Amino acid sequence: MRRTELEPVLEARGVSKRFPGVLALDGVSLALLPGQVHALVGENGAGKSTLIKVFTGVYQPDGGELRYRGTGAAFGTPMEAQRAGISTIYQEVNLVPMMSVARNLLLGREPRGRFGVIDAAAMYGEAERVLSGYGVETDVRRPLRTLGVGAQQMVALARAVSVDARVVIMDEPTSSLEPREVDTLFGVIRRLRDSGIAVMYVSHRLDELYRVCDQVTVLRDGRLAHTGPLAELERLRLISLMLGRELNEVRSQGLTRFSRDRRAARPTAPPTAPSTEPSTAPPAQPDEAAAGPHTNGQVPVVEARGLTRRHVLEGVDVSVRPGEVVGLGGLLGAGRTETAKAIVGALPLDGGQVLVTGLPLRAGSTAAAIRAGVSLLPEDRKAEGIIPTLSVRENIALAALPSLGRAGVVAEAKIDRVVEIFMRRLRIKAASPHQLVAELSGGNQQKVLLARWLAVRPKVLLLDEPTRGIDVGAKAEVQGLIDELAQEGLGVLLISSDLEELVEGADRILVLREGAVVGELSGDEVTEERIMATIAEQTIAGQSDG
Amino acid sequence: MNREQVSRTLQQHGAVMVLGLLVIVGSLAFDSFATPANAASVVVSSSFLAIIAIGMTFVIISGGIDLSVGSLFVLGGVLAAYGSQYGPAVALLLPLAVCGVVGLLQGLVIARTGMAPFIVTLAGLLGVRGLMLAISDEGATTYLVKDRSFAALGQGEILGLSYPVHITIALALVAMVLLQRTGFGQNVYAIGGNEQAAALMGVPVSRTKVYVYVMSGLLAGLAGALNAARLSSGVTILGIGLELDAIAAVVIGGTLLTGGAGGITGSVAGVLLLGVIQSLINQVGSLTSAFQQVVSGVFLALVVVAQRLLSKAQRLT
Amino acid sequence: MAELTHDRGSQRGGRVAVLKPQVYAWVQDYGVYAAVLVLLLFNVLFTPHFLDASNFRTQLVQVTPIVIVSLGMALVIGTQGIDLSVGSVMALAAALTVLYLGYGWLPALLVAVVGGAVVGAAGGALVAYVGVQPIVATLALLVGVRGLANVLVPQLVEFRNPGLIALGSSSVAGIPVIVLIAAALTLIVLFVVRRTTFGRQVVAIGGNRSASELSGLPVKRVLLIVYVISGLLAALAGVLATARLQASDPTSLGLFIELSAITAVVVGGTPLTGGRIRVLSTVMGALLMQLLAATLIKHNLPQSWTQMVQAVIILAAVYATRKRGTR
Repeated sequence: MRRTELEPVLEARGVSKRFPGVLALDGVSLALLPGQVHALVGENGAGKSTLIKVFTGVYQPDGGELRYRGTGAAFGTPMEAQRAGISTIYQEVNLVPMMSVARNLLLGREPRGRFGVIDAAAMYGEAERVLSGYGVETDVRRPLRTLGVGAQQMVALARAVSVDARVVIMDEPTSSLEPREVDTLFGVIRRLRDSGIAVMYVSHRLDELYRVCDQVTVLRDGRLAHTGPLAELERLRLISLMLGRELNEVRSQGLTRFSRDRRAARPTAPPTAPSTEPSTAPPAQPDEAAAGPHTNGQVPVVEARGLTRRHVLEGVDVSVRPGEVVGLGGLLGAGRTETAKAIVGALPLDGGQVLVTGLPLRAGSTAAAIRAGVSLLPEDRKAEGIIPTLSVRENIALAALPSLGRAGVVAEAKIDRVVEIFMRRLRIKAASPHQLVAELSGGNQQKVLLARWLAVRPKVLLLDEPTRGIDVGAKAEVQGLIDELAQEGLGVLLISSDLEELVEGADRILVLREGAVVGELSGDEVTEERIMATIAEQTIAGQSDG
Repeated sequence: MNREQVSRTLQQHGAVMVLGLLVIVGSLAFDSFATPANAASVVVSSSFLAIIAIGMTFVIISGGIDLSVGSLFVLGGVLAAYGSQYGPAVALLLPLAVCGVVGLLQGLVIARTGMAPFIVTLAGLLGVRGLMLAISDEGATTYLVKDRSFAALGQGEILGLSYPVHITIALALVAMVLLQRTGFGQNVYAIGGNEQAAALMGVPVSRTKVYVYVMSGLLAGLAGALNAARLSSGVTILGIGLELDAIAAVVIGGTLLTGGAGGITGSVAGVLLLGVIQSLINQVGSLTSAFQQVVSGVFLALVVVAQRLLSKAQRLT
Repeated sequence: MAELTHDRGSQRGGRVAVLKPQVYAWVQDYGVYAAVLVLLLFNVLFTPHFLDASNFRTQLVQVTPIVIVSLGMALVIGTQGIDLSVGSVMALAAALTVLYLGYGWLPALLVAVVGGAVVGAAGGALVAYVGVQPIVATLALLVGVRGLANVLVPQLVEFRNPGLIALGSSSVAGIPVIVLIAAALTLIVLFVVRRTTFGRQVVAIGGNRSASELSGLPVKRVLLIVYVISGLLAALAGVLATARLQASDPTSLGLFIELSAITAVVVGGTPLTGGRIRVLSTVMGALLMQLLAATLIKHNLPQSWTQMVQAVIILAAVYATRKRGTR
């Protein structure tokens, strides 16, 4: 096989990296071999990004040694690493959106003509030639931003590879790609591998790893948990390595901290309508289908009908009943976040309607949605959640301000009371209510945002990735809280990329694909396998539908 | 052409189109508009602002702004007039050296400390104005240009147009090549478009920023010197608020204030547009020059609204 | 990638700043007050006749328009915006005042203030509803509105309306009326920022606009109102300045006051990046710059020095703010 007798091209030997209060990497060793694709996996906080940053010159290791092409290496800046032949493709495309495709691709290496001036014609020709090898056929004079994200990603990849790379590091490269684009990407990766380049591939999508990677390294809590050939590692074993849980425990108990009794209490698929909602059925009338089984005749507290937006949502129907946790499943870009945003009026729609307790909601007004009792905890905490310049107290009170005052003047005592209640109930750890929210940990920031929404006493909470990027303890607390709130009668729409969280937290799951509901799972059907099967089956069916 | 291309073309060349349109309308409406004399007067009076706008275009494309150019313009004029007693070389080089150094300092502060260009160059505006007052006895002394050969630089003519016009044209051409066809120009666009990405793509971000502000300072100083040569004196009160005219011209020319897009042609067209508007209002005769400001303001507002709508249209496709 | 820079930033901060963050924080919070105090002390000790009531009063009266304009500017900057049109609005107010003085000084004042509010609304609408960058939107107004004021009143017009003259020159208990008005406006703005829902919303929008939108805040309306307030205050400043001058001078009234106002706000420690509004510090910032100019002049240092020193102070103030801001 390829991997025998090869010298590693890039190698970390016992690398450590310490940040104030955290040992982010603890003696990690990892060797990238030429002509191999090496998967790097681990949960959030495992040290993956720190390791990438050590490899790419963003961080300098505190201990251990970095070796590149057989000698010790130290990269002071990302540029140094890049010049040495280590190229990185980040999750978000890191190019200049307003510049043309060709200029992005060739920035710094433009073909020169007379007087050392850039030869535009040669530049465009060169760009077209290079990009056709990556399946990108487009007018290279167009601004990059007019391309689809997938094509942009390919331009970034083409650029990274064309600078004489010996190592290519890809950080979640498929997170915004269409399946077809993923195939193209994998084709490129295999080509790189065959030409002797070492590829490090970082992804949460395990099936992708098995498709394209030769080796795997698992990090956990900053330490090396496993390294070896990927094919020899069973998928469930890989998961248990990532999570640090015993294999049997994973099999028997699941992976999240949702209360087990909730799961047990979930009604099984009712005998009255056994075959009316098979997961593969087209999204016939989920409202009617769902109205029967497990609602006991309750009116949905929120009901979205035919949410439509060109290229984004295609007639999505969602309803949530009081006390129900409805999960939204699907891959990234399937329209889950967009559905949630559309429900609260934060995404302009071409069609569709949202009803709250049977009454139609004014379209496009987040304020109206919140007044009616529908609130969204957004996915991107930093960009769309916290107000970093304000204190914990002001952040909690923000949405409820109109109700916490009279005639436009705020009632400080009322705010203090509300803030105190929620800080205690959600166990928000802050020096004082007046501490800046930006100074809190991710988990506590998330709790502050939950408190902000609970303070407006919503009927339904839409939670978009509520536990992403927060530590294990806070994660369990948030999950427990979701359970608790649902038991108190709150409707919850739960979006999570964490399948386990979805399966164990939700009573019912709607699976989205390409902006449409492609299946509904309830009762016993709520399993990871069924979710994945639903996504997979519809992939084939959906393509023939167009 | 699809909608996206139309909107892109409009954004890039809209100013030139409107300029053409205004000239045609003006020629039809007023007999004395499309005369060589009037054209020459518009072009000559626009040339100094155009030189400043060229520098401003680089700054704005790089994502910055330079409020100090109006003060530098005045300082350049005063220094040129003062220096002219030591000969033409000093008259030309002294303002360039001083204004270049001011630009260098501003660029270094902006690039190294990460402070907002708006504030740094606002401080520059005040500081340079102070400097100018300090060397002109609080504005009381107006130095006269003593050197004839230097004065000729501002007053001589070829082909019916004075030297400053030719210099402006030459500078605009050089600037176009610099912006479109050199690595430096590409770096300016890249920084303005996405500074982080540019850094990762190997663009020397700090150095490019410093160059841009040095250029802007040099050009403002040069414009001031040429103006002093034309007027035969370093006038201390002209040029106040010129930075805003320059910004307006650049924005009218289609350069985005957010950086990353724009060009020299547009900026020059923007300057000429402001000049033509003024000329047209003069033609009407009954209107005061204050009217020109009203029209310019309304025009600027229309342009930015149009730009906003155009960029929205581009994003949707 | 946002994370990447953040990490690098904090790393750099961590290396340099073991003790310094507190120093910077202190400078940002109390620097203006300390500087004003030091200057006052210096003047009391070394400037003859500094404490004379008339001199002191002159200083206060002179700074009044800047203070009033800066109050509005502070609100605008708190939303991550900027308002360059304030000087032109003052000029427009001067023009409108003298045009409508025939109906009495109070109606004229009202017309002027409404005019300012309309200009503010135009800028606010461009910013909030069209999405134009504040700097260009208000630049267009700066150019156009100054022109409009000059078209309305082409040259300096003196007037003899006793009411308006009294507004500009009379005193209550030895304190000029316009200073009292400025003080009252300061308190009102302070109350609005600290104690009203609107004030909280302004700050929140400046701190994170998308989060504010998702929290159901009426973002566009709040932005619009902020610019209206700024226009309104600028117009009021214009009327008061006109009253004091006893002449309407649209050509030069309020010229470059936007720079002084921005300076006052920035020196007061309000970051240009929005999300924080420091009302009293802004007033202190305006006082500091005035006091500085007065001190330099009293000690026979020319105006040129004032401007150069001001430049240095602006840079220093923003540098201090920056440290805190990037944390």
